Amino acid sequence: MKIDPSQVRHLAKLAWLELSDVEIEKYAKDLSAILDYVDQLNVLDTKTVQPTYHVMKHLKPGRQDEVRPSLNLDTFLENVPQHQEGAIQVPKIIEIT
Amino acid sequence: MELYDLTISEASQKLQSKEISSEELTQSVLKRIEATQKQLNSFITITKEAALLQAKKVDEKRKRGDALSALAGIPIGLKDIFLTQGIRTTCASKILEGFIPAYDSTVTARLKKNDVVLVGKLNMDEFAMGSSNENSFFGPVKNPWDLERTPGGSSGGSAAAVASGQCLGAFGTDTGGSIRLPASLSSVVGLKPTYGRVSRYGVIAFASSLDQVGPFGKTVLDTALLLKSVAGEDAYDATSVRKPVPNYEQFLKKDLKGVKLGIPKEYFSKGLNSQVEASVQKALSDLKSLGASLIEISLPHTAYAIPTYYLVCTAEASSNLARYDGVKYGYRAEATSLAEMYAKTRGQGFGAEVKRRIMLGTFVLSSGYYDAYYKKASQVRTLLKKDFEDAFLKCDVIVTPSSPTTAFKIGEKIEDPLTMYLTDVFTTSANLAGIPGLVLPCGFDDQNLPIGLQLLGPYFQEEKLFHVGHAYEQATEWHKRKPKL
Repeated sequence: MKIDPSQVRHLAKLAWLELSDVEIEKYAKDLSAILDYVDQLNVLDTKTVQPTYHVMKHLKPGRQDEVRPSLNLDTFLENVPQHQEGAIQVPKIIEIT
Repeated sequence: MELYDLTISEASQKLQSKEISSEELTQSVLKRIEATQKQLNSFITITKEAALLQAKKVDEKRKRGDALSALAGIPIGLKDIFLTQGIRTTCASKILEGFIPAYDSTVTARLKKNDVVLVGKLNMDEFAMGSSNENSFFGPVKNPWDLERTPGGSSGGSAAAVASGQCLGAFGTDTGGSIRLPASLSSVVGLKPTYGRVSRYGVIAFASSLDQVGPFGKTVLDTALLLKSVAGEDAYDATSVRKPVPNYEQFLKKDLKGVKLGIPKEYFSKGLNSQVEASVQKALSDLKSLGASLIEISLPHTAYAIPTYYLVCTAEASSNLARYDGVKYGYRAEATSLAEMYAKTRGQGFGAEVKRRIMLGTFVLSSGYYDAYYKKASQVRTLLKKDFEDAFLKCDVIVTPSSPTTAFKIGEKIEDPLTMYLTDVFTTSANLAGIPGLVLPCGFDDQNLPIGLQLLGPYFQEEKLFHVGHAYEQATEWHKRKPKL
C-alpha cells in the first residue's frame, strides 16, 4: 500500500507529532515500503481464526478497591516541567474576554 | 585474572567465604567501567558513589553474620528502562530529559532486597525500539568484539557491559529479540522469560503484550540465579502470573538423556549466513553427543512473524507513547498553545525511529485500516502461537540460530528501516507466542565475531532451557572467550 505525504501529515496530526517537510517525505517512503512488505500476510486465509491480542490464559481478578497511600504531591511535582501552588501549568487553553 | 572477570556464582562463593569483599569487587568493576566506557558507550548513567556505599553496607551485613542472598554484593547493571528511585531514567530518549523516578520498578526493588550493588543504567535503543542500539539519544553502543560494529539492540548496553566485565550481570527487556539478539552478537547468555514470569511494573512500556524483562549473564547458571531473584507474581502487575518460581539450579544437569530437541526447518533457509549455520549445526551434533535426540519439526508460519510483529508492536507503541506530551514530566517545548506544546514536544523529543513507529502504529489502528492490518496481524499471531503449541507436543525444547548473521557494522542498516527489521527474523515469534527463549554462545566466525544458539521452550518451563543450555555450556568453551579491550 502506498502512503503519500498528505496521508503522513494526517497521521502526524492524529499522533500529535510536529514533523518537518523532510521528515514527511522520508516517512511517506518508509511507511509505503513497510506496508508493501506486510501485505504478504494477505496470502493467509484467516477468516475463521480468532485474533490473539494477548497471550495470557487467565487474567487475574483485580485487587480490592481500597484506599492506599499514593505518591506524595511534592515528590510528584519534582518532575513536572512547570507548576504553581500544587497544580501543573500548561499554556492557556481558554481566552477570557 | 581480574575480579571483574568472575562469574556471579564464582564471586558469590568468594564473597561468602570472605576471600574477597564486595567493596573490592565493586572497585574492580568500576575501574573496568572507567577504562572502557569511552570505547563502548554502554552506560548512560554510572552510579559510582552509591555503588561503593552499597558495597560497604553489604560487607557490614556479612561481617555481622546476616543471612544474605547469593546475589548480595554483586555488581549489576540495569537497562535504562527500569525505574530507579532517585536515579535519572531516560529510556535513551530526549523526551525524558531530567526525569528522576519517584519509585522503583519491581525488578529494581527485588534486586535491592537481594542486596545487589547497582553500578549504573545501561544504554539502549530509544524506548527499546531498534536492533542495533543506534537509536539512542546518547549515541550508539559499540560491540566489545569489534568497536566498529553494533552489539545488537535494543539492550545493547546490557550485553556489551556483561561481555566486557563492566558488571557481572545485567537486566534488559525483550519485545521482539532485544535481549536475545544482543546476547548473540556480544557472546553472553541472555534470557527472555515467558510472558508473565517477571513483573513489568515500573518498566517503561513499549508494546505491553510483548514486553518481557530478562537477565544477561556470563553463564547459564548466572542467568538462572538472576531470573530467580526477580521472577514471580507481583500485585502491581496484573499480567504477572501466580506460579511458584522453581529452584532453577536443581535442573542444571550435565547430560541430556531423554531430552527431545526440535529443529525447525524454516530457521535454516536462505538468508542464514553459512558460518552461522555451520556453528549451529556443530552445536546440534554436540547436543546429540550429550544424549539428546534431534527431531525435525516445522513451524510453518515462521516467515510471517516479522510482518506480524511490526504491526502489533507499533500499534501498541503508538498508544503507550501517547503519555509523553510535556505535561507531567520530561522535556517540554516552548509553545503558545497547548496543542502546539504537545506536537512540538513530541516532534522534538522523540527520535526518528520512535516517530516512524508511532506513525505506523497510528496508521494500523486508524479507522478504515484497523481490520486489514492490526486485526489481521492479531489473527496471524494466533497461527504463530499454535505452531509452537503443536511443536511442543513432539519435543521438549526447540533449537535454532539466534541471528541470521554475526554483528554488522554501525551505520550499515540504519538508513533502511525494513532491512533493520529483518534482523529480528529468528526472535520475534517467541514474543508473539509468549514463550521463553534463551540465547548462549556457540561459536565465532572467521573475523572472531560471536555466534549464538537459541533455545525456545514451552510456557513457564525456563528450567528446560537452563538444563539444555547448561549441559551444552559444560561441554564447550565458547562462553570462556573474552573480547580484547
